[in-house]
Amino acid sequence: MKLPITTRALLHLLLVAGAATMILPFLWMLSTSLKPEAEIFRFPPNWLPQVWKWANYTEAMNAAPFGRYFVNTVVYAAAITFSNLLLCSMAAYAFARLRFRGRSVLFILTLGTMMVPGQVTMVPVFILLKRWPLLGGNDWMGIGGHGLLNSYTGLILPGAVGAFGIFLLRQFFMTLPRDLEDAARIDGCSEAGIYWRIILPLSAPALATLGIFTFTAAWNEFLWPLLIMSKDSMKTLQIGLQVFQTQYTTRWDLLMAGTVVVTLPVLIIFLLGQRYFTRGIALSGMKG
Amino acid sequence: MASSAATREERTAYLFLAPGLALFALFVLIPVGAAFYLSFCRYDIIHSPNWIGLANYQRIGRDIASHGVFFLSLRNTAQYAIGTIPVGMALALGLALLVNAGLRGVSIYRTTYYLPVVTSLVAISMVWMWIYDPTYGLLNYALALVSRAASAATGHRLLISPQTWLANPTQAMPAIIAMSIWRGLGYNMVIYLAGLQGIPEHLHEAALIDGATRWQQFRAITWPLLKPATAFIFVISVIGASQVFAQVYVMTNGGPNNATTTIVHQIFQNAFSFMKMGYASAMAFVLFAIIFVLSLINLRLMRGGEVEYV
Repeated sequence: MKLPITTRALLHLLLVAGAATMILPFLWMLSTSLKPEAEIFRFPPNWLPQVWKWANYTEAMNAAPFGRYFVNTVVYAAAITFSNLLLCSMAAYAFARLRFRGRSVLFILTLGTMMVPGQVTMVPVFILLKRWPLLGGNDWMGIGGHGLLNSYTGLILPGAVGAFGIFLLRQFFMTLPRDLEDAARIDGCSEAGIYWRIILPLSAPALATLGIFTFTAAWNEFLWPLLIMSKDSMKTLQIGLQVFQTQYTTRWDLLMAGTVVVTLPVLIIFLLGQRYFTRGIALSGMKG
Repeated sequence: MASSAATREERTAYLFLAPGLALFALFVLIPVGAAFYLSFCRYDIIHSPNWIGLANYQRIGRDIASHGVFFLSLRNTAQYAIGTIPVGMALALGLALLVNAGLRGVSIYRTTYYLPVVTSLVAISMVWMWIYDPTYGLLNYALALVSRAASAATGHRLLISPQTWLANPTQAMPAIIAMSIWRGLGYNMVIYLAGLQGIPEHLHEAALIDGATRWQQFRAITWPLLKPATAFIFVISVIGASQVFAQVYVMTNGGPNNATTTIVHQIFQNAFSFMKMGYASAMAFVLFAIIFVLSLINLRLMRGGEVEYV
């Protein structure tokens, strides 16, 4: 049914006003990041910089080892994404397709880990990483060094697999037709071969969805790197942003340049892979 | 033959599950047990844990009875949940209905409203701190513009004085709530939109033929059929709100005067600033219990939410 034109115009007006509210903080961040310091502290503020100071970006990047933070964040997010895709899909394949004793118990246990808030396990996992035997200067009792704190392994390992990913992929695998597998099995293909050559290629959309979700979540993760990475050279971007805030002053020009650098990669990924985001919501939310 | 195939299948299954389950055991199951044990100990990470029985839980009880800091964190977390969830859901539903009204440009609106959801909470909290800045912030500028316009329109001098927002104990939590609603809106809207698009068109057409008004259609068709979406958003929002942390840590660090400290902020501070890891673990189990009970209640409310389209 078609709405009258005045109603439609009114609805558009409302939606545009809402959309402007969504975008304005981003534009303000961008505008501030390009202003000279003198223009920042001006009231009423200018919407656009009078002098466009691109040097804020180089200055912000030099204020801290931002290049290093960037590399750390990329390594962390990429490793977490890779390990989740691999380990979640392996477990999901077993739960979706293979028969074995204890399947339902193990599946319920896996889902049960989603019930546990991360704050409950935070302290013991921190201690476990700190006291990890024989690594990071520790002896076999886990004493003497810093263990896996301030290491990529310590940052990645606790999040290397997730029950949500297993659940999501299992749901998807169960919708795949079995004919191809049965044919492959008759031809003597092993279970591992079926997983690798048939299930994974057929699941590209689901894997892309999980991959994009995991990558953005890891890129934006704050609490865990904050706990684990205290050494400056090991920090991620989210933690590194704090260098512009001291107790007494905040360098808003540089901080906003930093936030642009932090948010831009994820915004680009979102705009390119948008359909995977919405599909992920449909897969995870409405069919459970 | 058949049995050997079956055992081979089992072996493959265990092999495929081994890495994932080992990680779950190491980083979830054992730590839950360890945290439970620690919640009965005094532990500062340097000295070995010292069993003190129920003392940590008794301390939490006394704190709540005497309206101490943990009590404040419970109250603030509840305030955050009550402030964000109903308003956030109502706005999301309204937007989804607007976007779904058969207008052009649906995908552009959906993308725009979803943008804040994907961006880093830390970065966006910093942007909002700048917007809330008491001297140079955009929000106080907007207030000044509004009061000037109002003065011009009425001919009286109507002045809304600049506010201090995050530095003000009564405004800080509402400011954090407003930012969080802004950030979460797109997520809830997309779920409502998926729900709306799942409602068959012929139901509305039939209602229209029967002479139902738009409001009647909403009451009798849309709202009941959106119940699964509403329930899902509600559950996710309640769990998320009870764990609110990053925006608080970045924007106010719990201040001013503990006006915005939350449960997770208290757990974090006690464990890693004050090195009271046993006390922090007891708090974490209180949070666990709260989430567990709320989830059970939600589950009961959700039951009977399944719909079949005929």
